[in-house]
Amino acid sequence: MPRLLGIDIPGDKRADISLRYLFGVGPTLAREICERANIDPAQRARELSDDELARIAALLDNDYVVEGQLRRVLQQNVQRLKDIGSFRGLRHRKNLPVRGQRTRTNARTRKGPKKTVAGKKGVKDLR
Amino acid sequence: MGRSLKKGPYVDAKLLKKVEVMNPSRKEPIKTWRRACTIVPEFVGHTFMVHNGRAHIKVFVTEDMVGHKLGEFAPTRTFKGHSGAKGK
Repeated sequence: MPRLLGIDIPGDKRADISLRYLFGVGPTLAREICERANIDPAQRARELSDDELARIAALLDNDYVVEGQLRRVLQQNVQRLKDIGSFRGLRHRKNLPVRGQRTRTNARTRKGPKKTVAGKKGVKDLR
Repeated sequence: MGRSLKKGPYVDAKLLKKVEVMNPSRKEPIKTWRRACTIVPEFVGHTFMVHNGRAHIKVFVTEDMVGHKLGEFAPTRTFKGHSGAKGK
């Protein structure tokens, strides 16, 4: 398994596909990187030479924000919203949907698993 | 859908005028109901009293707030949680 940027080890898939195992690299970026690094996207990731891997790593390092760096940027964006006391910051703080979705039902992605409350009416009784 | 770039950000003309009049000396809070007004760099350092439907909430504008709307800083709802719910 080839290693890129320290810890990330994509599998024995096509080069462009395995690049997508990096956080922050999707279909578009993966193909773009292959092109810019002069790499055949169809060859297997494990067949990439050290030189080719180095070219990809250099490219990612210089021109793209991925992995830990990207995670930090995202975290900072959220933190900014919290710090200025905006409505969106409050929603992040409470772990509720940020973009105006309903919360009477659904919103389980943000709210996590259901917490059943005794005496609360079931969905059928709502209306 | 976002606002057309052609129009530029929505800034209430009267409010902007008020800000500009007192900009060099910068003093007392401005009471306003214009929650939808975008915060522009001219507003930085001013204090607004933004209406939330019931009262005017004091909002001190900092540089980070530029680009947001005044209403984002004056919550309109008061839900504090259900009884017996433990705080996170």
